[in-house]
Amino acid sequence: MTVAPPTVDTVANAVDDPDLEQPYAELGLAPDEYARIREALGRRPTECELSMYSIMWSEHCSYKSSRVHLRQFGDLPKGDRMLAGIGENAGVVAVSDTLAVTFKAESHNHPSYVEPYQGAATGVGGIVRDILAMGARPVAVMDSLRFGDVDHPDTRRLVPGVVAGVGGYGNCLGLPNVGGEIAFDPSYNGNPLVNALCLGVLPRERLQTAKASGVGNQVILYGARTGRDGIGGVSVLASATFSDGGPAKRPAVQVGDPFQEKIVTEATLEMYDRGLVVGIQDLGGAGFTCAISETAAAGGLGMHVTLDAVPLREASMEPWEVLSSESQERMLAIVAPESVEEVLALCHRWGVIATVVGEVTGSGRLEVDWHGERVVDVVPATLAEDGPVYDRPLARPASLDALQADRAEDLPRPTSSAALRAELLRVVASPNVCDPSWVTDQYDRYVLRDTVLAQPEDAGLLRIDGGPLGVALALDGNGRYAALDPYVGAQLALAEAARNVAVTGAEPVAVTDCLNVGSPEDPGVMWQFAEIVRGIADGCRALEVPVTGGNVSFYNQTGDVPINPTPVVGVLGIHSDVTARTPMGFARAGDAVLLLGTTREELSGSEWAWVAHRHLGGLPPAVDWAAERALHAVLAQAPLASAHDLSTGGLASALTEACLRNGLGATVTLDDGTFVALFSESAGRALVSTPSPEAVEDACAAAGLACLRIGEVGGTALVVAGAFEIGLTELAAAHTGTLPALFG
Amino acid sequence: MVVDVMLKPEILDPQGQAILGALPSLGVSGIAAVRQGKHFEIDVDGEMDEDALGRIRDLAGTLLANPVIEDFALRVEG
Repeated sequence: MTVAPPTVDTVANAVDDPDLEQPYAELGLAPDEYARIREALGRRPTECELSMYSIMWSEHCSYKSSRVHLRQFGDLPKGDRMLAGIGENAGVVAVSDTLAVTFKAESHNHPSYVEPYQGAATGVGGIVRDILAMGARPVAVMDSLRFGDVDHPDTRRLVPGVVAGVGGYGNCLGLPNVGGEIAFDPSYNGNPLVNALCLGVLPRERLQTAKASGVGNQVILYGARTGRDGIGGVSVLASATFSDGGPAKRPAVQVGDPFQEKIVTEATLEMYDRGLVVGIQDLGGAGFTCAISETAAAGGLGMHVTLDAVPLREASMEPWEVLSSESQERMLAIVAPESVEEVLALCHRWGVIATVVGEVTGSGRLEVDWHGERVVDVVPATLAEDGPVYDRPLARPASLDALQADRAEDLPRPTSSAALRAELLRVVASPNVCDPSWVTDQYDRYVLRDTVLAQPEDAGLLRIDGGPLGVALALDGNGRYAALDPYVGAQLALAEAARNVAVTGAEPVAVTDCLNVGSPEDPGVMWQFAEIVRGIADGCRALEVPVTGGNVSFYNQTGDVPINPTPVVGVLGIHSDVTARTPMGFARAGDAVLLLGTTREELSGSEWAWVAHRHLGGLPPAVDWAAERALHAVLAQAPLASAHDLSTGGLASALTEACLRNGLGATVTLDDGTFVALFSESAGRALVSTPSPEAVEDACAAAGLACLRIGEVGGTALVVAGAFEIGLTELAAAHTGTLPALFG
Repeated sequence: MVVDVMLKPEILDPQGQAILGALPSLGVSGIAAVRQGKHFEIDVDGEMDEDALGRIRDLAGTLLANPVIEDFALRVEG
């Protein structure tokens, strides 16, 4: 250290002292990126500007490694329902002449590892604000959770914290949690995945944009005060003065306050309804910096910000800290000057702190002052739009051939009926297949009174206008399939989520995704990522549904070992009449049981291979999009008493869940190859029951879908004719006992 | 033995803020900030020595406080 840096590094300073050494590397910027910033500015950046660039050019905000691939989503046919798509806070889909829905999934993996409760809670809070910013009232959430091995000490710490955090925030906010998934695999030891999805409903004309337009319009920051939360969360580390700054400068965990979020939500919705908002943006992972640069860049004008007007929790905060804070429950609104008073009064009435912090200008620049001194003066697009884009090297991992050659189809199989029975009980008790009630019972699923179906059903189904019109949602992924073949694995996630929506009778219309992988600097991981995007894009083209938004989470790894690549796909469906929805459980004794779709000998990546042999190898099940679409058509039209998707755990799991849902047994005959019939995880299948099997068979014949009548509903046991029977009490004990025994 | 657990100063304290927010309706003025914490009173068997202190410090750092977001302080009382 030669000269102590001045208290506030102003633009004038940056001009006078051009050679000051700056801690760009500690902020996560590469040398060429730093050079590019200097070039864009024509001088060195100030301390504040450097913080802003490091945030906006981070992977999280700029999508610099993923953008070249994600373009494929933008090239998909939009369909005639999509009102807003990729690039907005969330995708918006028209569901009627007057109503639209918006939905998006987002990851909060790393914060949840550091502080499971608050990490998961703020993950829910963040996605709820994204939905709110589109003009919608948030109406439901879902979550997809992945943890390490159940025996790993981290898993014991993380599961109760994450589940309580998801429930604590969502329940306090009064949002039903209508589904999702939980999975365990050693690949997530030390790196859990916490992906949250939110659904919102809006009148079509209330759709909002995140643009700072109209010179003279005022910029209002409202919601929680700004504190030192999560400084350095998005980039790597906050400051070069970290070592001498003492504990107050340590990156701090964000703490969520759901009550604050509730009043911010209500205040925002009232602003919309009174027509007071010109543009709006939530403050998420990149805080105030992201909100002002993105709205200013999108508006194509300029913005002047008085940073010291921002209400602070700690008066000692420095300007770069105010710019990079990740304090939760904050929103930024662009408001016409004549509406300012009304907005401030409205916020005051809701108990929300609101402050004018700036103004839209015609300067074409984003200018930020701190106690009268200019600390930022940049062209906003250089922050928000013109960040670096990397076409990183890809390489198919050499180890993949050996992995794919090691097929589960070659593993030893149970040789007696007794052994088959025992393996069925083990599979349905496995943490990935078992009843997740221990988790989902901690979530409120019927609040707001519009929930028609929720866990353990295949999809969440909600009324959205008080009438029969409904929206179905499912969120699915399978990291094992994607580890074996990321292209097919991503398609299987999409196919499963679409099928889960379709079994309720809904029509899949839109897709969101959370793509969780390792480091983009690893060519093997980057190849996985490219294959995942290509798989989802091709699948969406085949299903004729658009990707309306989503997020990418890189750097999910422990040391050098990446997680199994894990695309988590959310599918939204429209149900024309929720009173006619199809539930998953067997409904009436005497109904015929049919298996729709083709069962192949596909055991690689299956739960059976894992449970019986701790085996992962081979090729995942194939995806046949024509067959998936035929299945969707039959599920929408045929007279069904129940329908349940087949996925992890195959028919063994589907039969167990369909029997236990209403405590009704079934007798099935699985002619050739009972073992494969029970444990294969072939895609494109559903287990249905019906009082009119001929009509279902006719519908399948018309659609060109394979259909097998396998048995009848009734009794108090699951009977596989000629093989074994399991009483429902014993089956239920196996299926429901696992998570309570593990996590209390 | 007393263990006081407080959220670290930079961490948001929604409960403290709720208390602060309730004060005006009770007619209380002149309060600038409220932070809420937890107070534990622990009795030890036998002598209060370095060994016992170490055990309680470990207990505080693992069970009573969440060191990611909370600080704790120990003091002997009575």
